[in-house]
Amino acid sequence: MAANATSRKGAAAATMPAAQLLSLLAGALAGGRIRVVDLTQTLAPEFPQIALPPEMGQCWPFRIEEVSRYDERGPGWYWNNFSCGEHTGTHFDAPIHWVSGKDLPHGSVDTVPVEHFIAAACVVDCSAQAAADPDYLLTVADLEAFEAAHGRIPAGAWLLMRTDWSRRWVEQRDALAYQNFDDQGQHTPGPSSEAVRWLVEERQVLGFGSEAIGTDAGQGAHLRPPYPCHTFMHGAGRYGLQCLTNLDQLPPTGSVLICPPLKIQRGSGSPLRVLALVP
Amino acid sequence: MSPPVARPKRKNPVLRTRQINLPPAARSRVALGLTTAAAMGRFELQQCAQCQAVLYPPREACPRCASVRLPWRAQDGAGSLLAGTTLHHSNDLFFRERLPWRLGLVKLDAGPTLMVHLHSGAALPNGRDATRVRVIARLDRAGQAVLIATPPEDPSEDTTTMANDPMLREMSNDPKLRKVLVTDGMTAVGQALVREFAKAGAELIWVGHAEPWKQHGSGLDTIASLPAVTLVPLDVTDGRSVQALAGEIGGKVDIVVNNAEVHRTFGIAARRGTDVAKLEMEVNYFGALRLAQSFGPALASRSADGTANACAWVNLLSIYALANFPPHGTYSASKAAAHSLAQCQRAELRGAGIRVVNVFPGPIDDAWNQNMPPPKLAPAALATAVMKALRDGVEDVYPGDVAHEWFERWRDDPKVLERELALGGA
Repeated sequence: MAANATSRKGAAAATMPAAQLLSLLAGALAGGRIRVVDLTQTLAPEFPQIALPPEMGQCWPFRIEEVSRYDERGPGWYWNNFSCGEHTGTHFDAPIHWVSGKDLPHGSVDTVPVEHFIAAACVVDCSAQAAADPDYLLTVADLEAFEAAHGRIPAGAWLLMRTDWSRRWVEQRDALAYQNFDDQGQHTPGPSSEAVRWLVEERQVLGFGSEAIGTDAGQGAHLRPPYPCHTFMHGAGRYGLQCLTNLDQLPPTGSVLICPPLKIQRGSGSPLRVLALVP
Repeated sequence: MSPPVARPKRKNPVLRTRQINLPPAARSRVALGLTTAAAMGRFELQQCAQCQAVLYPPREACPRCASVRLPWRAQDGAGSLLAGTTLHHSNDLFFRERLPWRLGLVKLDAGPTLMVHLHSGAALPNGRDATRVRVIARLDRAGQAVLIATPPEDPSEDTTTMANDPMLREMSNDPKLRKVLVTDGMTAVGQALVREFAKAGAELIWVGHAEPWKQHGSGLDTIASLPAVTLVPLDVTDGRSVQALAGEIGGKVDIVVNNAEVHRTFGIAARRGTDVAKLEMEVNYFGALRLAQSFGPALASRSADGTANACAWVNLLSIYALANFPPHGTYSASKAAAHSLAQCQRAELRGAGIRVVNVFPGPIDDAWNQNMPPPKLAPAALATAVMKALRDGVEDVYPGDVAHEWFERWRDDPKVLERELALGGA
């Protein structure tokens, strides 16, 4: 029944003039029938930053300095200068971020087709598994179970891995727990190598999104291949979103993400505001 | 002999905080030779190169033979106290606030007779018999050299006696009973400094740490449990972080020790791009600037606040601040910038009587000097040198043999040191 109703609505939308569709959307947004959920962490100097071995090049953390604040430096106005890396805070990974995607066309944030910045999202709830095991790896079985319950993951949709990991920062303000390092590196959840290949090859997802500091698991360097999410997703021209939050407010299917990165020339990624339209 | 410095009572918050009045600071250019030596903890007088006479006061020409070759030479300070008196009245504001004040006349064994301040342990002459004393040079609160007659035993060997003398405490920056901020506790040097301050009886030690997720294996936990220690978040690359901490504890800190630094081992050609050089500047130079802007004013406003007054600022620089060591070229440049800034800071804080102590170590025995052959300075040795500098009121510290030797070479001829460092520092 539910499937039939959905397909009837789909058929109606397909024949409806686009202007009317947009008008309905605007009305639903204004009336609150469609909610807008912010999936973005606030850009702040203290927000944890990806940490590489110190001899390697480092991504800048977010920094902000006053230009003036209604004072002798500018009596009537307040503004700041800020600096950060392309991969600071909640951010978008473009295909050229990874060596596997370096030669792809339309692979940088300024050339990615803008249609890709608005797309449906599927949210797989791994919060229980991540609570039990910070190194939890999303499996193909998890994805098949998701499809059994919520239907097939559509091509061109985001696959978001909900772990509630963001609460370690949003609620607990615990940078140590959010980064979760020990003397063998970081321990944060992410996708298994097999799951990433399945999403790319079997489902043609648009990209993969996570709540931790990277799309790959904290121990992703030790998977085969190392950093499978970066390697396979970007190698296939797909995208990444990381440091997301509020994924617990999204339904398993049916939400739409709006996530345009800054238009940085030959940019490999960008901090951005990620919004979800939620029914 | 003075009793131990007592822990001061809590401050009465309805009374005005006393402001500093500096001792008389005017000196002739030639007399700055005394200050130059005292800044490094030495007592030097001119000695005529022609007739060997040791001179005081400093002069342009030898009063015996008229030679103008009057190099400064280290003195052991041994002498006899001829007479002493106690000042009970002065129109000078600095002394007026510190009366009674003891003065004396000392004849050095080396020749000249000096007007000196008298340490509380220096016994007055009994009848016609002069008593033995040892004259030391110290920087006063104005940063100028003064001469003090102390009991004849080596003053640096009896730190308790020295620290307890009110006059010497005035001239020195002993951390005993003072509140200290060490800006980076994540390094071996930071941890050694903290342990040393704890041993010296600091009242409170705030220890900054940035990027807390990197704590694991840093050794921060080894100092966290010391009773005087409080860990505080502090990232000197983040202006908001520095301001937040200054807002919280800035009005309490008596001694700031800025040991936060980034040390990478690249010259110009060995590393593409400017990111590493920028990080070095961001921490080593701009970090120092942020700290100075945020903590300086409150420190200056408390420089006469009782016996545990705000008194000193320590900058961890590098001997490479004086001459570039090309294998660590961009690091050297950042330390040269920090050194220049520290000179500005010293000038700006001089009016408040705050001592700026610049420390110029050679290679420290840490991960970034792993490939440097010994001798390398142990973090604990660096911390000991900083402590001694604070106690002795020293302004410039060259801890360890390497730093000391390179400083001497630099003083002889900066060009020679430049060429030698370019050839590998041998």
